[in-house]
Amino acid sequence: MPLPESLERNPRLDDWIQFERERIIVRTGKVELGQGIATAIAMIAAEELEVSVEQIQVRTGNTAEGPNEFLTAGSMSIETSGAAVRQVCAEVRALLMARAAERLGVPLHELSIVDGIVRHTKTNHSASWFELAGESPFGVDATGRATPRPFESYRLIGRTTTRIDLRDRFTGRRAFIQDEPRDGLLHGRIVRGPSVNHMLAGIDTVRASRLPGIVNVVVDGGFVGVVAVDEFTASRARALLARDAQWKRQGAAPSPDPVSFLQSNADDHLLVVDGTPVPGPLPPRETGENTLRATYFKPYHMHGSIGPSAAVATFTQGKLRIKSHSQGPSVIRDSIAAALDMSPGDISVRHVGNAGCYGHNGADDAAMDAAMLAIATPGRTILLKWEREDEHRYEPYSPAMVMQMEASLSADRITHWNADIYSQTHSGRPMPHRSVSNLIAAWHKSSPLARAESRPGLGNHSGIHRNADPYYSLPSRRIIKHLVRDQGVRTSSTRGLGAFGNVFAIESFMDELAHAAGIDPVDFRLAHLADNRAEEVIRTAVSLSAAFEPPDMPNARIGRGLAFARYKNRQTYAAVVICLAVNEETLRTTLLHGAIAADAGQVIDRDGLANQLEGGVLQAASWTLKEAVTFDDEATTSVDWETYPILRFSEVPEVDVAVLDRPGSPSLGAGEATQGPTPAAIANAIFNATGVRLRRIPFTPDALRQAAMRNEP
Amino acid sequence: MAQFSLTVNGVPHRVEADEATPLLYVLRNMIGLDGPRYGCGAEQCGACTVLVNGEPRHACTVPIDQLAAASVVTVEGLARDGHPLIEAFLAHNAAQCGYCSSGILVEAASLLAANPTPTRAEVMRALDGHLCRCGAHNRVIKAVLSVSSPEKP
Ligand code: FES
Ligand code: FES
Repeated sequence: MPLPESLERNPRLDDWIQFERERIIVRTGKVELGQGIATAIAMIAAEELEVSVEQIQVRTGNTAEGPNEFLTAGSMSIETSGAAVRQVCAEVRALLMARAAERLGVPLHELSIVDGIVRHTKTNHSASWFELAGESPFGVDATGRATPRPFESYRLIGRTTTRIDLRDRFTGRRAFIQDEPRDGLLHGRIVRGPSVNHMLAGIDTVRASRLPGIVNVVVDGGFVGVVAVDEFTASRARALLARDAQWKRQGAAPSPDPVSFLQSNADDHLLVVDGTPVPGPLPPRETGENTLRATYFKPYHMHGSIGPSAAVATFTQGKLRIKSHSQGPSVIRDSIAAALDMSPGDISVRHVGNAGCYGHNGADDAAMDAAMLAIATPGRTILLKWEREDEHRYEPYSPAMVMQMEASLSADRITHWNADIYSQTHSGRPMPHRSVSNLIAAWHKSSPLARAESRPGLGNHSGIHRNADPYYSLPSRRIIKHLVRDQGVRTSSTRGLGAFGNVFAIESFMDELAHAAGIDPVDFRLAHLADNRAEEVIRTAVSLSAAFEPPDMPNARIGRGLAFARYKNRQTYAAVVICLAVNEETLRTTLLHGAIAADAGQVIDRDGLANQLEGGVLQAASWTLKEAVTFDDEATTSVDWETYPILRFSEVPEVDVAVLDRPGSPSLGAGEATQGPTPAAIANAIFNATGVRLRRIPFTPDALRQAAMRNEP
Repeated sequence: MAQFSLTVNGVPHRVEADEATPLLYVLRNMIGLDGPRYGCGAEQCGACTVLVNGEPRHACTVPIDQLAAASVVTVEGLARDGHPLIEAFLAHNAAQCGYCSSGILVEAASLLAANPTPTRAEVMRALDGHLCRCGAHNRVIKAVLSVSSPEKP
């Protein structure tokens, strides 16, 4: 059997697993982001070794030990790390069973495993995994010869379990990077201008330096930071330095009209075939008789982590030790090494969690910032924290997108499908490069590195064109992605990447086409689908929603809307039906109920999966109804939770989740599966309630009023 | 710098701090607690919520000099007293990242103390000042309702 990819790259069994007294330590290169990956990995290992989940301890991303699995992104962890851990445990199990047979002097096939103990029933001899494994490492590579247990015998996988890491988080125990023990720790802050595109024009450090408790005011080229013995002093110094610094914007200010800006500033134009861009001339556009057109828009959004980015760094004798909540410990290590002209071997990065990040937020920049402060303050450990405004201003936003859709109908069928997608880069992650960088401090420090240029991603369903290709059977399709290289607004990966905008457009447009064809939107979709699993999630979500009775509400129009997508056209199937009310006077939209049906192949952690799916709907609902990063002619004006409001407890709908388990079929990543369908389900529900079609996110009462006045069909 | 005394989770403490130091820094950095969290520093997210003399307050903005002899309860205090909300949150997996959880637990404990049988709408209203970016809201609401007495729906 070929080895799973991650195991092929890190074949040493000891990198993945270690037996220690009564616990089994399983290492993954992936990191826990609050998505529950540690629990799912523990379940897989426990299943394979027939022990309890509590006996497994999962250690995540560390460059000094364990496998290197690069990034935790794109809903790939279960498919890659999960498969690797399953095979590792199968191999270890086979090794230990052979040892048991030898030690007990009995034939292998007479051994069985009961409660994690290897037993020989005839003689009643037994040995535990721990006795068999002993202290010494296995010292061998995975061979691919061991066979994992058949899914029919699973007793844990597919059930609900309690997340292994939540107790600490609910009882105030050390759980996050900010909880680094404060004894002897120094506190760091950084000082930047209105945006990452602002360069230092002048600074007076006298006032800040005079505060008692200041250890170091660091000005390195245009990089400014402060280190103090206590956090309050560090924070006050940051405020003083911000007042005593002048900044100058480099490059043009963000356009006040992103819709036309994106459409008129694209640099690269690529045809997307089966989810993959193909360089070369674009084919001519074809249409049929009855052609519909619509343009959709999603604005810049924030990741908006509730815990601003942070990092811990120590620099001693030329070695840099970093703790970071980056999604890619080895990637950030190599990128910092490149930016600081150090050898990667002199830097270690250990992953320690922070609040959920939902993509590439300030985590990597904070790691670099902490490194800068540590090098300027050798021998001391520094906890660097961004404040709320830092996170709002400097994190790389989810890029704005324009989706121009065009399709032709013949009777009840689509004959032609044309889509033009415009956006900035969705992949501004750090990269190990000696002359360019994606880290803010690398652009600002003395001997700076240039900003890495945006390049069109050519991978299958990467970036802008993720889910741009409809999952429907269409006789002809022409999908073009247009990359705007401009970086006047810093952008990068956010949960779902292009899928949020693309599925919003496709699934809204499918609704518009269905209405134009005079067919029920559910039937219209089913008529264009050739996959039973897709059909089943749609039907399940529709009936789950039908079971919900909306309450009586005065002056309200109630509507329901459906949307469907299969993530990257190859991962989880998800259908979402939203039931909502629009108030006739205030035009406020109230979400009443969300019905989710999903098929993620073989289910590992049932409740963990449901948690991801419903969290995805609520987050995407927030993006859709409330969020847009706003700008003046200098920089963003979205600097806190008042100027960038997100969904509140009083605004959340009830949610029901149906998980369709497929025992024996591969487990599929699901963390981003509901991001795309949600905005379209909301738009379709608003149309169903009011007859008004909203094509520009966010759907505020004002947006609804304007759309109603334009009286668009 | 001045000396301040306050009681945290039933234990008396004396700390030396600048008068304007926010309670959050005192709790985290001087008393060594990890439960109260920084999210915004501006009373906008609720991550820092603790009980001060029984009332939920934003520790990120209350300066220490306003807390003469105050009694403070944090999520660690709820855990130590075995507050049923904690097991309920575990049973419902009522978080993803859990960064928002300590503030929410403290707020919910204060709600239940005043109103042992809240409705769904009352729970939503009570927690409205708490932001959760992971979308764990429904699980949180269910967990809180599961602790209230069963008579009311
Ligand atoms: S940190 Fe205090 S309310 Fe956000
Ligand atoms: S669980 Fe992550 S912010 Fe609430």
